[in-house]
Amino acid sequence: MPKNKIEDVMEVCLLAGRLMLQNGAETYRVEDTITRLAQNYNMEAAQVFVTPTAIILSLLEKGKTKDYTKIVRILDRSTDLHVVVLVNDLSRKVANESLSLETAKKELKKIEVTPEAYPTWVQVVAAILVSGCFGLMFKGNWNDFLPATIAGGVGYALFLFSKRYISVRFFSELLAAFFIGLIAKLAITAGIGDQLDKIIIGAVMPLVPGVLITNAVRDLMAGHLVSGISLGAEAMLTAFAIGTGIAFVIVTL
Amino acid sequence: MHMIEAIWTSFIASAGFGILFNVPKKAVIPGGICGMVGWLIFEGMSGNSQFDLVLATAMASFVVAAISHLYARIHRMPVIIFSVSGIIPLVPGGGAYDTMRQLVENDYNAAIQLGSQTFLISGAIAFGLVLAGTIIPIILRSQRTVK
Repeated sequence: MPKNKIEDVMEVCLLAGRLMLQNGAETYRVEDTITRLAQNYNMEAAQVFVTPTAIILSLLEKGKTKDYTKIVRILDRSTDLHVVVLVNDLSRKVANESLSLETAKKELKKIEVTPEAYPTWVQVVAAILVSGCFGLMFKGNWNDFLPATIAGGVGYALFLFSKRYISVRFFSELLAAFFIGLIAKLAITAGIGDQLDKIIIGAVMPLVPGVLITNAVRDLMAGHLVSGISLGAEAMLTAFAIGTGIAFVIVTL
Repeated sequence: MHMIEAIWTSFIASAGFGILFNVPKKAVIPGGICGMVGWLIFEGMSGNSQFDLVLATAMASFVVAAISHLYARIHRMPVIIFSVSGIIPLVPGGGAYDTMRQLVENDYNAAIQLGSQTFLISGAIAFGLVLAGTIIPIILRSQRTVK
């Protein structure tokens, strides 16, 4: 087996870590995967520090005394768990079938450009169904089902669309929430729905940072203090954006 | 009637969330089942206010996480793929909304009350997940050594 160059090992580890972190993997899983990869490629020691916005990795080659350290910034994050599964499978393959470094790098590059698992229209349909069902689950009645689906669908489509053009996530969330509130209010005025609150809660669910909050608390409990606190801050910001958008409608109209 | 409605709404809502999070296709239905079971436990426990909301949430999220671990074993995928859609119905989105709504209407006392409850509920979800994450692997490992 040819000797692996430390630069290449570094690149593969960081690429795998970046792909996972950008697509919604938990902090500990990213650290775990990077450490395993480094071990499988014959590194003496690997120190990795992962936060939601950066990965710092320090590797030590066998028989050397000097570490090699690199940092990667993570600028945008979203939830595309399909990619997490792909990278996870790859790291498993590296461990079981001792995949060569070259192949691993090629595979990761391929994963990086795979499109999302579902086209946009499927996601919007999912958001429509989710909104309607949540409206019912939170004790809304059948009259609220239709307005909740419309508001939820429009809100989520708007969120996806505006995310492409507005780099600040806060504003796309605020915009989506504003229109959700507006549609719900109009539906009530037109006499289509009964309870404004239930319609809005249902429709807002696809945007709500529930998983972010839970992951934040979980990271804190697991001792990843920095990630826990920053994820919590991100969740608060999202909740604040949604709240502001809705509040704007409720207060002004 | 109410039971049947709870079953299908929670199933569709959780499976739909799986799609929003781009989980692989074969994980959508299992995610929906996780969410459904979690919601039924939560509703069953908190429905007639027999149990506290926080306790019901912790219990439901523990079961969701346990099922997710089993699915993760079967499909060889990370646990988060299943648990993420499974815990969605438990997530206090409604609580967060109500808190915000009270804040906007200048009712700070109600907002603090609702906000604390929301925080405790998300803590309960995390507690359930962490507990299952520690216990289930130990059980699975001990079974393997017995064989």
